[in-house]
Amino acid sequence: MSSRSPLAPSAAAPRSVKDLQLGESGTICCLKDPEMALKLLEMGCIPGTRVRLNSRAPLGCPITLVVGDTADYTLSLRVSEAATILLK
Amino acid sequence: MAVGQLLTGRAGAGASAAQLEYAAVRHPGPLTRIALVGNPNSGKSSLFNQLTGLNQKVGNFPGVTVDRKTGLSQLTPQHRAEIIDLPGTYSLYPKSLDEKVITDLFYDKTSPHYPDFVVVTVDASNLRRNLLLFTQLADLGLPTVLALNMMDVAEQHGVHIDVAALQQELGVPVIPMNARKGIGVAALKIVMAQMLDAPTVQFYEPEAELLPMIRQIRYYFNLHNDYLALHYAHQYRHIRQLSADDRAYIQELVQQYGFEPTARQAQETISRYARINDILLNCVSVTRTERNEPYSNRLDRVLTHKVWGYLIFFGVLFLMFQAVFAWASWPMELIDQGVAWINGLIQTNFSGPLINLLTEGVLAGLGGVLIFIPQIALLFAFIAVLEETGYMARVTFMMDRIMRRFGLNGKSIVPLISGVACAVPAIMSARTIENRKDRLITIFVTPLMSCSARIPVYTVLIGLVVPDVPVLGVFNLRGVALMGLYLLGFFAAILSAWAMKLLLKTQERSYFIMEFPVYRWPRWKNVALTIVEKVKTFVLQAGKVILAISILLWVLASYGPGTDMERAEAQARTEAARRRLTPEQTDAHVASEKLESSYAGRFGHFIEPAIRPLGFDWKIGISLLTSFAAREVFVGTMSTIYSVGQDADELTVQQKLAAEKDDNGQPFFTPVRAFSLLVFYVFAMQCMSTLAATYRETKGWKWPILQLVYMTGLAYVSSLLVYQLLK
Repeated sequence: MSSRSPLAPSAAAPRSVKDLQLGESGTICCLKDPEMALKLLEMGCIPGTRVRLNSRAPLGCPITLVVGDTADYTLSLRVSEAATILLK
Repeated sequence: MAVGQLLTGRAGAGASAAQLEYAAVRHPGPLTRIALVGNPNSGKSSLFNQLTGLNQKVGNFPGVTVDRKTGLSQLTPQHRAEIIDLPGTYSLYPKSLDEKVITDLFYDKTSPHYPDFVVVTVDASNLRRNLLLFTQLADLGLPTVLALNMMDVAEQHGVHIDVAALQQELGVPVIPMNARKGIGVAALKIVMAQMLDAPTVQFYEPEAELLPMIRQIRYYFNLHNDYLALHYAHQYRHIRQLSADDRAYIQELVQQYGFEPTARQAQETISRYARINDILLNCVSVTRTERNEPYSNRLDRVLTHKVWGYLIFFGVLFLMFQAVFAWASWPMELIDQGVAWINGLIQTNFSGPLINLLTEGVLAGLGGVLIFIPQIALLFAFIAVLEETGYMARVTFMMDRIMRRFGLNGKSIVPLISGVACAVPAIMSARTIENRKDRLITIFVTPLMSCSARIPVYTVLIGLVVPDVPVLGVFNLRGVALMGLYLLGFFAAILSAWAMKLLLKTQERSYFIMEFPVYRWPRWKNVALTIVEKVKTFVLQAGKVILAISILLWVLASYGPGTDMERAEAQARTEAARRRLTPEQTDAHVASEKLESSYAGRFGHFIEPAIRPLGFDWKIGISLLTSFAAREVFVGTMSTIYSVGQDADELTVQQKLAAEKDDNGQPFFTPVRAFSLLVFYVFAMQCMSTLAATYRETKGWKWPILQLVYMTGLAYVSSLLVYQLLK
């Protein structure tokens, strides 16, 4: 069913937000964890949105992302949560 | 309707507050029910405070354990409205108990709480994400007004919004405003005072293949629109007003049509965002400069830095402790003296058992409540400022990794720290933790942090048995012992949290997905209202319980079985006369003998066998009983029992304890006995105020009782181990 595409990862995109370097941007391709996806979608992490890894907490987790092409806002999330956001 | 000309209005441009107040009395007018919703950090609280001021009250939402804030607002001289403040949320699909309140309110049109219309606050500088919730609410068919907040921030970010075009696209009144400064509030009030129609624009149409199912639900429940019916399909398990049959009916339909809630919800969100993007293309232009990076990000480089971040955090903590311990002490003393003065005034002018009940029971209990007000006010002032500025989000961000190991959450750090001052405001501050399990664990372990009421007990007993000698040249052995007790409490809290993490089961997932608010100056009005609200809640809710217990304890300490008390008094007076005691010494001696033969004294003797393994005798037993209501009573009770005289300071209590002999003529307070008692005071739940706070925050007796049993058990076992292993 085509309606499920935002939730199902395509085999060719293993890179996730977790793998971004500080300051590096990426474009969201899809969200791996269906339940978490609902939360992330509502927060504006729609496939096609650009996100930039903004900072890491002193112990490496959580991290912050700047979401949106026009740097709409800063989102903080745990590394395990970031790993469910796959990049194009 | 013509809203355009209202858009530039300012608060206060119309009638003054006093005029409105006067008008309200003369023309009560119709009372419209208005729900206020919006994303977290969209300025909802500021707007609520602007609209209602001090006309706020906190209650419970019917049937759920979440606070309900309502307030009255004078919209026009003729028109008042009841404003319902709802928890901040990103969508109409609830993720937590808090957010479920919102859907409960909007699903049931027949409910007496169903709002006449909704005001949605949105952050103009982040319109895309903020509009998601708006489009969902509009699709529910509720008359809606959009409060386009933070226009100034949007302009700073280079975001230009064509308000007229946006109003055209959304089909509802749009009021640009700056709630923090009160700009636009007057215009909003005027719109709110009018009858509004349901929105004309639909933002999301359920996919065609869902329509058969939606129609069936809609006709079965006689619902007014398709989108609401779709929500029934999504949420039927959690809709309060549905019967078991209703739920079974929907469940059958859902299975019959192969409805997949998660995928459909994701699809809906994406489709809404697509629609919002189209709308924004027509109404918003962004002049983006490269220097647009918000100052918040630059500030974060320092405030969440590996080294500076923690140093600044500890600096803030230090300032907070300083405030709660040092600055709060003089108003606390003032309250203490005030209550004592009133007490004295009553006692010198009246007498009799009722007056004794009033002064020693009611007023003493009330004093015990009121004395915490300065600490609570200061602590919450600090916390409110840290929240308002956005700094608290950074603290939880830095602490999440550490706290998570122990079953807590980054946000648990605030209550744990506050607990060193007083567990009561600390437990109240745990409200910022959304995850129920994390919040319960935090509330449960917070009283193990050594609070300020333990200090007198610590000081007296450490001074009694720990020699005043230097350690490593700079430290003092007594100081080290005191720090050891604080650390003992802290580790007990952390380890208890870890144990509870393993025991508590929950279906709720723990998220840390949250928006980082932009740094802002605090709104002092919001801070002040927070303080007033917390203090009021504390006095009214905790006060009732403490008052009841104080009266009970007073009765137990003032009355004994039969004529035992009179006999004890007569005996004590004869003995005092024989020993030629001064009147003051006589009074103290009489008081101590009377206490021994009271119900409380009997109880001390009664429990002696149970506490003897800990190294305690019946005298300590009475103190344990009386200090059950509040720890600081311990020193006072000891001074009464050991007949030191009523004006004794802590040092003389110490001398008296040092002189106490056991049956063999040896000093009674050996280091082992003292440490056993100290450990007991570190762990035991001897604070009615804390239990009352836990009761209030968890809205039930289960958690306070568990807390009482667990902490008292922990205290008993630890005390037993200390005494038996070291004696």
